[in-house]
Amino acid sequence: MLVDVALLVSGIVMIAAGIGAVLARSLLVSILLSGGVSLAASLVFLLMGAPDVAMTEAAIGSGLTTVVYLYALARARQPDEEDSDPLGNSVKGGR
Amino acid sequence: MMRRVLVFLAVAGLAWALLPLALGSGVPEAPGALATAYLTDAPADFGAANIVTAIVVSYRGFDTLGEVAVLFAATAGVGALLTRKRLGLGDAEPEAKPAATEILVTATGLLTGLLVMFGVYIFLHGHLTPGGGFQGGVVIATALLLGLLARPESHLSHGILAAVESLSGAAYVGMGLLGAFLAWGFLDPRALPLGRIGSLVSAGSIPVIYSLIGLKVGAELSGILDALKGDRE
Repeated sequence: MLVDVALLVSGIVMIAAGIGAVLARSLLVSILLSGGVSLAASLVFLLMGAPDVAMTEAAIGSGLTTVVYLYALARARQPDEEDSDPLGNSVKGGR
Repeated sequence: MMRRVLVFLAVAGLAWALLPLALGSGVPEAPGALATAYLTDAPADFGAANIVTAIVVSYRGFDTLGEVAVLFAATAGVGALLTRKRLGLGDAEPEAKPAATEILVTATGLLTGLLVMFGVYIFLHGHLTPGGGFQGGVVIATALLLGLLARPESHLSHGILAAVESLSGAAYVGMGLLGAFLAWGFLDPRALPLGRIGSLVSAGSIPVIYSLIGLKVGAELSGILDALKGDRE
């Protein structure tokens, strides 16, 4: 019974974090919330008796994927700060 | 308006299609025929205490080899695309990155050794406790990520990563071939002595294969993180 309640709470957290990730205005908040979805999902796997899958989900889903997104976000923002033409070639002396 | 109605209909149709799955979910009282066969055969055939690992590495070992190959292809693609030249940075001087905070540097010094040890523990005990090569490899990559964050100018040695990755991949296939020649088929763990169930040296070649997978996955994910830093030549 307690497991069912915990499963329901984790599911509600997952849905709320997922909707929040879609609706959030800031990409950074979206990335963090999608990591939160994975963290709640790993809790669900653990409660359902699959510790192997839970470890994978926690390490890859909420850890590594979030870091990869954050790196990609940082990389995608940099060209905006440079003087670059639409083709992406940086203009000489722009920085 | 039309578009919203169509989207709503698509979502409703998907929910209707998935409804029987949701209603029938739950933990079954007794395992099915296939699961029962695995539960009885895996300890008897391979001496593996963790049946999930026996399935992943032995019964479905060929699928795991395919997974590792997919991960290798993804890493090779990321490494080929994310170079300074491709990113359009050209010969520009790498900008000075802000130094990491003292908290991060100190925590990295304390945690790196522990994290690597925990990752090695996870894949060495893959045949005894939950976890295995993939999980252990990710934990090791996390330790190297901490090092990269604490020292933004540092680089992982590309040569060492490539050597670990390719040697462990080749050894994985080698262990599979050993199973084909000494036992009943490709990736059969009975190529090595099975030992007593529950001890560290047991389950034939399963711990060897999972350790190799752990090293390979750790090296590949660390390589992806190093490439994503974006200042690779």
